[in-house]
Amino acid sequence: MSKAKKLQPPLSEADIRSVRAGDEVFITGVIYTARDMAHKRLCQAIDAGEKLPFPLQGAIIYFVGPSPARPGRIIGAAGPTTSERMDDFTPKLISHGLRAMIGKGYRADKVRGALKRHGAVHLSTVGGAGALLSKYIISAEVIAYEDLKTEAIRKLHVVDFPAIVAYDAHGNTIYK
Amino acid sequence: MRYIEFEKITETVESLCIAAAHELPDDVLAALEKAAKQESNPRAAKTLNQLIENAHIAKTESIPLCQDTGMVVVFVEQGSGVAVRPPAGRESATLFEAINAGVAAGCQKGYLRRSVVADPLNERKNTGSNTPAVIHHSIVPGNKLKISLITKGGGCENKSQFKMFNPTADRGKVIDWIVDVVKQAGADACPPFIVGVGIGGNFELSCLLSKKALLRSVDEKNGGKFYAQLETDLVNRINALGLGPQGLGGDTTALACLIETAPCHIASLPVAVNIECHSHRHKSAVI
Repeated sequence: MSKAKKLQPPLSEADIRSVRAGDEVFITGVIYTARDMAHKRLCQAIDAGEKLPFPLQGAIIYFVGPSPARPGRIIGAAGPTTSERMDDFTPKLISHGLRAMIGKGYRADKVRGALKRHGAVHLSTVGGAGALLSKYIISAEVIAYEDLKTEAIRKLHVVDFPAIVAYDAHGNTIYK
Repeated sequence: MRYIEFEKITETVESLCIAAAHELPDDVLAALEKAAKQESNPRAAKTLNQLIENAHIAKTESIPLCQDTGMVVVFVEQGSGVAVRPPAGRESATLFEAINAGVAAGCQKGYLRRSVVADPLNERKNTGSNTPAVIHHSIVPGNKLKISLITKGGGCENKSQFKMFNPTADRGKVIDWIVDVVKQAGADACPPFIVGVGIGGNFELSCLLSKKALLRSVDEKNGGKFYAQLETDLVNRINALGLGPQGLGGDTTALACLIETAPCHIASLPVAVNIECHSHRHKSAVI
């Protein structure tokens, strides 16, 4: 196992090029949630030349649809959803500044190409550990697409959120 | 005829849904603990320990095990000597309505995720209640009502597959295909898996059996010697893939393979594989 590294968004291309597939990383700062429908809308907004609900430049998107927070809690369970469903949308977001995504599982070749070309990474975190992962989130706020309920875009503040570099910006992957 | 109050069924389903979301069954937890001890891959052992820690946090702090608290699949076995007593003023209320009312109440009171859309292709508008459940009903002897439910996540359900083999296909060919289905599911579907397999019946029955198999304890073998051996051989073949927890490598790709069978047509050999993630949430109750 490689040495653990810290990532603090917004990320620069140098931050991204310095990590390799297999590295453990810990994320601290603001990240944004988006899954299927939010990705579709973000890409439609880009195509229409509309302003996006958050700055993509250097951003990290977490593929998650959390369960509702109990009263007095910040969030419910919040683990990753399957990344490949975002494959059709990801290259466009990367070309507009997205630097990292957190999810689980494989990415398509077109995503891997975009990661390499623009300097971005795909991170994996533990699927099915939604209770554990919720502990690294210190604030959560819906900032866009509220009608999508759990699929709305949330601004999350995370501290030492654990992940592994699954696909790096040099064409490597942790998967066989 | 014995009567069970409509509300009693609703309350039972509600508590089953909430318990399922927060409590990993003992057999699954024991299987994860055993695998964590036996893993030769340090990263895989670490991941398994994170899953065990997750189960403890979920139970003690009432946070769902997984944010995907599932679409609820209910198997209800109704004794021939028992019926539902509808609530006053709602004489046409059915068993299915009682179950769905319980799913909705469980979702709301347990702070579970609404993961169901009303229209699959056109509007995909969330129903807001996690209903309707997928309900499979059967009549059995006796005067009890048995409700078993699985709260099944979308990520693993998406990787489930069906294949119609020629009736002359042998055991080896079926094994190869099942192992390949698991390989294709890979890291996407949250291994280590519980692999439900339905063999026989017809198109829809084999799929149903593959889901129903998941109701069994992970350490309970098929009652038939041939299929019990097939389960063991499949687990060994699947674990030899080396996918490991989260697909990051390791010895533990499947915690169990559970096979159910049914008679089938002379022309057919239907086989269905229902991929279930490690967050294998199911509960049952007898009223």
